[in-house]
Amino acid sequence: MLDFIIGKYNYWIYIILMMIGFYAMIGKRNLVKKIIGMTIFQTSIILFFVSTAYKKGGATLPIIEHAHGHGEHVGHAIEASSYINPLPHVLMLTAIVVMVATLGVALAIVIKIYRRYNTLEEDEILKAIK
Amino acid sequence: MTDQFPILIIIIPLLFAVITPLLGLWRENLCYPWVILSLALCMLCSIFVLGRVIDTGVIHYYLGGWAPPWGIELVIDHLNALMLVIISTTALLVAVYSKRSLEQELDSSIVYFYTIFLLQVTGFLGIVITGDMFNLYVFLEITALTGYALIAVGEDGAPFASFRYIIMGTVGACFYLLGVGYLYIATGSLNIADLSRLLPELYGSKVILVAFAFFFVGIAIKMALFPLHVWLPDAYTKAPSAASALIAPLMTKIAVYVMLRIMFTVFKPSLSIDMLPVTDIMIWLGIAAIVAGAVMALAQTDFKRMFCYIVVAEIGYMVGGTGIANSVAIKGVILHILNDAIMTLGMFVVAGIVYYQTKGHNLTDFKDLFKKMPYTMAAFVVIALSIIGVPPTCGFFSKWYLIQGAIIADCWAFVAALLLSSLINIILFFRIFEIGYGFSETHGHGNGHEEVLISEAPMSMLIPTIITALGIMLIGIYNQPIVNNIIQFAVPKL
Repeated sequence: MLDFIIGKYNYWIYIILMMIGFYAMIGKRNLVKKIIGMTIFQTSIILFFVSTAYKKGGATLPIIEHAHGHGEHVGHAIEASSYINPLPHVLMLTAIVVMVATLGVALAIVIKIYRRYNTLEEDEILKAIK
Repeated sequence: MTDQFPILIIIIPLLFAVITPLLGLWRENLCYPWVILSLALCMLCSIFVLGRVIDTGVIHYYLGGWAPPWGIELVIDHLNALMLVIISTTALLVAVYSKRSLEQELDSSIVYFYTIFLLQVTGFLGIVITGDMFNLYVFLEITALTGYALIAVGEDGAPFASFRYIIMGTVGACFYLLGVGYLYIATGSLNIADLSRLLPELYGSKVILVAFAFFFVGIAIKMALFPLHVWLPDAYTKAPSAASALIAPLMTKIAVYVMLRIMFTVFKPSLSIDMLPVTDIMIWLGIAAIVAGAVMALAQTDFKRMFCYIVVAEIGYMVGGTGIANSVAIKGVILHILNDAIMTLGMFVVAGIVYYQTKGHNLTDFKDLFKKMPYTMAAFVVIALSIIGVPPTCGFFSKWYLIQGAIIADCWAFVAALLLSSLINIILFFRIFEIGYGFSETHGHGNGHEEVLISEAPMSMLIPTIITALGIMLIGIYNQPIVNNIIQFAVPKL
């Protein structure tokens, strides 16, 4: 059991962070706290992707051998388990951009809500809308 | 040149979107023709690509000449060629329609609205055309972010509705991204064709099953499947008419497309149907969505909100039909994607016109509209009959396939739910017709001959509405050629 927890600690950290973020998005009544939760949630996924790329010991370079010709070797030329994979990092650069853009849009909308209702508490806004 | 058409479909709206704000600085009134020009070009490209797919089969386009699985690939088969035409045509109609309603509803400049509008269309087209899982995520987020912005500029309360949509939508997109992550760990590939080749060996693995679950929940949030639909009615009701006419027909249908893609292309039907109990769950979720959507629609007094719940019910048709998973039902689902896109467009376009003329979206605002706006309301009758499912209109034929598929699979509960929802649709729309004709009113005070002046909607709004109604009739009449030439090939081998 202990091995299971320690050996895969990166996944545990990502799941705990994700649940913290998820709780904040659903449980908190303040809009800015919801946004903070959303950011934690997205960051945990970035952590997950980047940590999956890491290998302990015996990792090689991701150079594809015998792949001069196109087509035939495609399937097994990539042995995903033997090298430190650079691709998740690159994917996460894009995901970070998406995350920042989401944060920007969310904050802009929160500003608009605040100007209209003068509060950021969900209950009070709902009362004002009714 | 014609080889480049697949990429041009995305590039055209993207480039035009970037240039729109610059053009707006110089001449604001040029933005409207500019948007129409770009979407018309985009539509021509999509129609050309559809013709090409019908003639020669699946088109592969390698971005930058990099062969998959390293490079990003655009794959266009019959299913997404049809989706491309649906999206670009709908977007063009909404763009033509948008001008007058935006002048009335937006207090800020239309330049930025049109910029975001084009970006949103880019996102829609990108989701459909791409052959790469991560690329699909990026386009999904482009669509979502622009959607939040378009909804937030609506009437009072729109920013809050949009904020709720952000929270739900982000959870959905993140679940999708997690699913991509799990598949990537297991296979080392992101290309859809490559994944479908590598995955069958791994179907026993728990990682793959978790990935499937994350995909399903993530997409279900995006398509507003019944228990996860709570963001939809608020967001689409409060959005500006032009924005809801663009987003409501397309966003949910594209999510259904992604679901079909993941269930039948990324994963083989053998996993989705034989190894997991997911199809049974989908049938019951579909039934729940149909019944709940129809009943909630009945409870609304606000017609735009009522239309939103009809959309929720229609999603139930498609998810349930996919759950039945025989070739007749899937044929019905794909035909219903086409039909429902055009019917939902029709509903929200008419809703926008009524809002434009009466400044309200309560059911009572339809009062006397048959006299005031005869053409609009004639189009609305066609749209309503199609949603109910009366034969010459297109709505009948997809429901026919769905019911036929359900009977073959012995899913009587689904048949019952479909018929119940059709009956409730009759009540919903005939209630509007009754208000529109003002029967109850003239009965009340005997001299019912008040002069009501005809004040028809402006031409730029009326023409797209009438084209939509004609489209509904034509798709209904020519449903057989559509099914035989396109949809038949889009149905996965089950």
